[in-house]
Amino acid sequence: MSDLRQIAFYGKGGIGKSTTSQNTLAALAEMGQRILIVGCDPKADSTRLILHAKAQDTILSLAAAAGSVEDLELEDVMKVGYRDIRCVESGGPEPGVGCAGRGVITSINFLEEEGAYEDIDYVSYDVLGDVVCGGFAMPIRENKAQEIYIVMSGEMMAMYAANNISKGILKYANSGGVRLGGLVCNERQTDKELELAEALAGKLGTKLIHFVPRDNIVQHAELRRMTVMEYAPDSKQANEYRQLAQKIHNNSGNGIIPTPITMDELEDLLMAHGIMKQIDESQVGKTAAEIAA
Amino acid sequence: MSQNAEKVLDHFNLFRQPEYVELFENKKKEFEFAESDDKVEEVREWAKTWEYREKNFAREALTVNPAKACQPLGAVFAAVGFEGTIPFVHGSQGCVAYYRSHFSRHFKEPSSCVSSSMTEDAAVFGGLSNMVDGLANTYNMYQPKMISVSTTCMAEVIGDDLNAFIKTAKEKGSLPAEFDVPFAHTPAFVGSHITGYDNVLKGILWHFWDGKAGTTAPLTRVPNEKINFIGGFDGYTVGNLREVKRIFDLMGVEYTILADNSDVWDTPTDGTFRMYDGGTTLEETANALHAKATISMQEFSTEKTLPFIAEHGQETVAFNHPIGVKATDAFLMEISRITGKPIPEALEKERGRLVDAIADSTAHIHGQKFAIYGDPDLCLGLAAFLLELGAEPTHVLATNGGKAWEKKVQELFDSSPFGKNCHVYAGKDLWHMRSLLFTEPVDFLIGNTYGKYLERDTGTPLIRIGFPVFDRHHHHRYPVWGYQGAMNVLVWILDKIFDEMDKNTIVPAKTDYSYDIIR
Repeated sequence: MSDLRQIAFYGKGGIGKSTTSQNTLAALAEMGQRILIVGCDPKADSTRLILHAKAQDTILSLAAAAGSVEDLELEDVMKVGYRDIRCVESGGPEPGVGCAGRGVITSINFLEEEGAYEDIDYVSYDVLGDVVCGGFAMPIRENKAQEIYIVMSGEMMAMYAANNISKGILKYANSGGVRLGGLVCNERQTDKELELAEALAGKLGTKLIHFVPRDNIVQHAELRRMTVMEYAPDSKQANEYRQLAQKIHNNSGNGIIPTPITMDELEDLLMAHGIMKQIDESQVGKTAAEIAA
Repeated sequence: MSQNAEKVLDHFNLFRQPEYVELFENKKKEFEFAESDDKVEEVREWAKTWEYREKNFAREALTVNPAKACQPLGAVFAAVGFEGTIPFVHGSQGCVAYYRSHFSRHFKEPSSCVSSSMTEDAAVFGGLSNMVDGLANTYNMYQPKMISVSTTCMAEVIGDDLNAFIKTAKEKGSLPAEFDVPFAHTPAFVGSHITGYDNVLKGILWHFWDGKAGTTAPLTRVPNEKINFIGGFDGYTVGNLREVKRIFDLMGVEYTILADNSDVWDTPTDGTFRMYDGGTTLEETANALHAKATISMQEFSTEKTLPFIAEHGQETVAFNHPIGVKATDAFLMEISRITGKPIPEALEKERGRLVDAIADSTAHIHGQKFAIYGDPDLCLGLAAFLLELGAEPTHVLATNGGKAWEKKVQELFDSSPFGKNCHVYAGKDLWHMRSLLFTEPVDFLIGNTYGKYLERDTGTPLIRIGFPVFDRHHHHRYPVWGYQGAMNVLVWILDKIFDEMDKNTIVPAKTDYSYDIIR
C-alpha cells in the first residue's frame, strides 16, 4: 500500500483532459505499471478510450438500481481495458439535478472500502472541469492524490481554470499532503502558447511538465475509441505521451504547494506576452461600434 | 370556560368538557371535509387484509415509520462515553437539538452536545469558518478534555473535509495543536445510528492508536493481560455497563470499557451540574491498544471497529446483545477463556436463580407468540432468549438489518424447534409490521416507545424493550445483560402477560372466573 502512487488530472472542461490522461496512463501501463482509473465525472467518459466503450455501469447508476451503494460488489463496477488497466466510473446525476459532488465522495469511499486499491501501482483520478465544490475536491484530500496534474492550454480561460484549481490545491496543501505536480499543456495552437504556459507555471511556483503538441492522429484514435498508444504505438504522438508518462513517473515527491495569482496578475501575464493589449480604461464595456463613433 | 385558575384541569380532562367536544365536532364538520365514517371504517378493515399486506410488502420507493435513527445520533452516543468529551456536530443546529432531546427523553438526563451552527452561507461557502470558530468557542466555553467531531447530511453533501478543517482550525489558534480532536464522517443518509456509533468509535481509536491524524508517531502495541469491552449502541447502557463491571470485578478481570457513557447519563442530583461524568479516560483509550482482546456485545454496531482492532493484533470476539442463560453462559465462558479467570461461584448462583425463575414461570411463557423489532443485535438477543423460554419469536424485524443479519436470524430459528414458524424481515419498517400483526397475529409485541401506535392499531400488547423508551421512566437503569439482566427481561415479559390475563378476566360476575390473586 505504501508505494501506491495516487495522482489526479484536473483542468477546464473540453481541454483534452481525459484524452491526455488516458494516453499518459496507457503509456505508464506500457512501462509495466498496474493502473486504476477512477473517473470522477458524471459524463462517465474518463475511461472510454481504454475500454473502447463508454462505461455503462457506473457506481452511482448501479447503486441507484440496487437501492444503496452497500449492495454493490467491486466486480460489478470495475472493468478491465487496454493493457489490463482497471477502470471505474463514479457516474452521477443527469445535468440539472442532484449532487454530482456527493457522488464522487460516495464512489471513492466505496472503492476504498471494497479494497479496489490493492495490487495497484497507480490510482489516477480524472476530475471534471473546475473544483466547483467540496465533492470534487475529494481526490485531493489527505491520503488521496499526492500530486495533481493540471491540463491546460494557451487560452485565457484554460489558464484561469488552472489558476483556480491551484487555489483548491492550496486549501488542502497546508493541512495535508497534496501537491501540485505540474502543468501539462495540450497545444491549441494559440499565440505564444509555450511561453505563456511556462510563464504561468513559473507564477504558480511549478513547472510545465510537458508540452503535448497538437496532432490529428489523436482525433483518428479517438474516433475509434482508442488511445494513440494503442491505435498508433509507433507514431510521434505516442512518443510524446511516453515522455509525459516517464516525466510523471519520475516526478514522485517533487510536487509543490502552488502560489495562485489574482485575475489582474493573470491579465498582466497575458499583456506581458503581447497577447492582450494594454487597454484604455475608458474603453471597457464599450461595443466596437461605440468605440468607432 | 371550564378551565380556571382555582382548579386547573389537565388537558386530558379539559378536552372532554362539552365546549371542547362541540368545538372538535364543528371543526371536523366544517373544515376537515373528511370521508364518511363508513368509508374510513371500510378502508381500515381493508388495511387489515392479506391483500393489503401483499401490496404493502411490494412497496419499493416509500418507507413508513422506519425503526431506526441516523448516524449522527450514534456518533453522539459513542462520543459522550469518553472522559470530559463533548460531541461537536459539524452541521445545523436543528440536527443537534434532535440528538439532545432524543437522549434526554430516553435517559431523563441533560445531554450536552454542540453544533458548528451551519446556515445557508456555510452551505454555499463551506463550513471551514464554522469549524474554526466553533472549535474555539467549544474549547473556551465548555473546557472539555476532548472534542469529538462528527458530521450531518449538509456537511457531507457539500463535501467538507474534517481532517483538513481541524488542522486548519488548530493552525489558526482555535485550540492548542496537541488537543485531541478525533473525527468521523457520519453522513445521516447512510446506514443508521449503529453505523454512526461504529464510525466514531473507530475514529477515536484511530486517533489515539495511529498517530493522531499524522501529528505524532503511531503507538506500538505491547500486549498486556487486559481486555477491552465495547457495549455498542444500547438503550440500557447505564444498567448494562454497570452490570458488566460488576461481573468483571467478581471475576477479577482487568478491563477497559470503551465508550463508557453509563455515568454521564445517570448523574446524581446533589447540587452540582455535571456536564461530563465518568467515561473512558483518554489514557485508557490509548492504552487499549495493548489489550489482549476486545469483546463487542453488538456485532452489527461494531462492523468497522472490530476489524480495525483485529488489524492491530488483538483477538476480537463479537456477540449479539446476549440475553438469557445460554447467551450469558457463552459470554462468561469466552471471558474466562480469554483471561484465564474462572467463573466465580457467585455468578454460578445467579445462573441457578435465573434458571429457577424461568422454571417457575415457564407455563405462562411457553408457546406464546411474539413480534420483535429493534436494532439488529437486540433482535437477535431477544429472539434467542424467547426461543430458550419456549416462546416463538414469530416476526423479527430490523429496519437497519441487512442480509448478513437476516441469515443469522434464520440460523437461530433453525436451531430451535420453536423457531419453525418464525420469520425474519430485514430492511422493513413499522408499517410492514402493522400488516404482519393484522394478518398473522401474535400475543405480544416487543419494541420501543413507537410501538404504542401499533399496540393501539392492532391491539397487540406492547412490551417496551429497546431504544428509545420515552413514555416509561428509568428502564435504562436496569441491565438486560448477565443472569440478572435476563431476570429483568423475564420479569418485564411476565408482567405484561399477567396484566393481559387480568384485563381479560376483569368484568365482575361475567369474565372474572379467573380473576385470581395468584398467578
